[in-house]
Amino acid sequence: MTGGCATLRDRGAQAATRARPATGRAAHRQVEGRSLFLLLMALLLVGAMAIGLCVGASGISTADVLLALVRDTGRTHDIVWMLRLPRILMAALVGFGLGLAGSVFQVVLRNPLASPFTLGVGSAAGFGAVTVIIFFSPGHHLIGVAVGAFVFSLLSAAVMIAVARMKQASSETMILTGIALMFLFSALTSLFQYMGTMQQVHEIVFWFFGSLSRAGWREVGLAAAMILSPFPPLLRAAWDFNILIHGDESAASLGVHPKRLRMWAVAAASLITAGAICFTGVIGFVGLVAPHITRMIIGSDHRFLMPGSGLMGGLILVVADTVARTAWSPQVIPIGIVSSFIGVPFFAFLLLKRTREYW
Amino acid sequence: MLEARGIIFAYKGHKVLDAVHADVERGEVVSVVGPNGAGKSTLIKCIAAIHKPQEGAVRIDGKDPLVLSRREVAKQLAYLPQSLLCRFPVSVFETVLSGRRPYFSWRPSRKDVEKVEQIIEALALSPLATRDMDQLSGGQRQKVLLARVLVQDTSYLLLDEPNAGLDLRHQLEILETVAALAREKETGVLMALHDLNLAARFSHRILMIHRGRIIAEGTPFEVITGERIREVYGVEAQVTRSNGHLNVHVLRCAGEDPQTPAHGL
Repeated sequence: MTGGCATLRDRGAQAATRARPATGRAAHRQVEGRSLFLLLMALLLVGAMAIGLCVGASGISTADVLLALVRDTGRTHDIVWMLRLPRILMAALVGFGLGLAGSVFQVVLRNPLASPFTLGVGSAAGFGAVTVIIFFSPGHHLIGVAVGAFVFSLLSAAVMIAVARMKQASSETMILTGIALMFLFSALTSLFQYMGTMQQVHEIVFWFFGSLSRAGWREVGLAAAMILSPFPPLLRAAWDFNILIHGDESAASLGVHPKRLRMWAVAAASLITAGAICFTGVIGFVGLVAPHITRMIIGSDHRFLMPGSGLMGGLILVVADTVARTAWSPQVIPIGIVSSFIGVPFFAFLLLKRTREYW
Repeated sequence: MLEARGIIFAYKGHKVLDAVHADVERGEVVSVVGPNGAGKSTLIKCIAAIHKPQEGAVRIDGKDPLVLSRREVAKQLAYLPQSLLCRFPVSVFETVLSGRRPYFSWRPSRKDVEKVEQIIEALALSPLATRDMDQLSGGQRQKVLLARVLVQDTSYLLLDEPNAGLDLRHQLEILETVAALAREKETGVLMALHDLNLAARFSHRILMIHRGRIIAEGTPFEVITGERIREVYGVEAQVTRSNGHLNVHVLRCAGEDPQTPAHGL
């Protein structure tokens, strides 16, 4: 055996003698840049929420809004505390949840097309909501509709996981399963729409537009629990996701259990999806686009990508909601429509000028 | 010592490996050669604990990898797959850093980052460090992946055709790096290779595998003979020796393709 090139040790030693090699500095700057991006997004989100709180159909002045936040000022107080604040929090939460769930679905299925809606989880939730609207018609309750949505989204996730187990959990299998589920639940929903009364059809259509108008504090609380509780364990697994990008075998050789990780991550992301849409209806686009926008800006390190996608989703929805409430005031345009109007051009712009350099 | 004893692995009722033995000492380079579908990759995956063999056992310095946690195994044994996916943009630095994953949980330590920097420098990858993996050529990408298994800092290294599809220069670079690693860090290397000349040149020992069985084992000169090449590959070849190097000169196909099962496996 003859192998004659400069030895590893020589070259490694040369590298070590330099105080801080260029590669390390560049990488360090990347990490700093991404932390900065997260901070910036958080500030933007808070700012957008503040603006959203101050504008609306009733034309209350900013000063009055601020006053109403801290003191009971009658009608203004009610509008701010009972209508605007829960609505805006809900928009932020739902956007955060959909963005986060989208980023998780995309990485565990290693598929850029994955999102809560392309996987059938959203359609299943829609079907659950519609079922409750049809069968518990006159007396149906908000929470009832939400529970229906939640149960079915988990059901679809369970079916997906079961199929994945049988078929060894390849990402193609899971996407195909998701698409099949989506068609199944859409067909069932259409059937119900076809059979329903005028009033029911109206409700169903409204739900499918996506709306934040039903958000009260109880809903916000429940949504927050469902969306935020899976976040810490997902974030803890960020490095495992980073490794999963390169394939199951390479992940396994680096100490990750790819199948186990995929199972629980899909379940967690389904819970988040259910929490995000059961009170608001179908707001589909954010879950697909927020992770992509974020990835184009800061890359695929999931320590930053997951919270970043969540913040991006929240920002899109809060801005969309503010536009929805003010553009045609006092008419409120369904948020599902507005978020697509805002998200699509932004997404197209990034897609076309993609020359992503790292920060 | 890394050893595999009596490995039997069947895929959908088809026996891919039939009682295969393999072992590597630290500091030794062993190549597994054989035609496509002979079971080279499967053997490497069984040893890497990615496939679980139906029978047989693997021992890493006497320990059973199926008993250890995956992370413990990842500190002993690194594996370079034949190909890696990259659907999402990941930088070279991040990719190499992920090789340190068995050693940290959230934030890579100073030492982790330094190791990555050293290896990147040593493999002359510095100019590419912040580029995305999908912007690299095949040869550059393979070097990055090699860097990733190198930072894993293991006693043993499993490589599945590390130079497949690379140009001459990159093939040599990869194998010279591997050889240097075995020499200097006493890493035990087991790799699947197609090129018999390179296998002979860079290996202490060679395992020739055919239809899931080891049919010859020993030094390159012992294993690689014209007769065996004809038997295993169905190819007429001339094996010569000059300046201590073994040279395989391939002439023509001979007879039937030995891979077509004669009477159904």
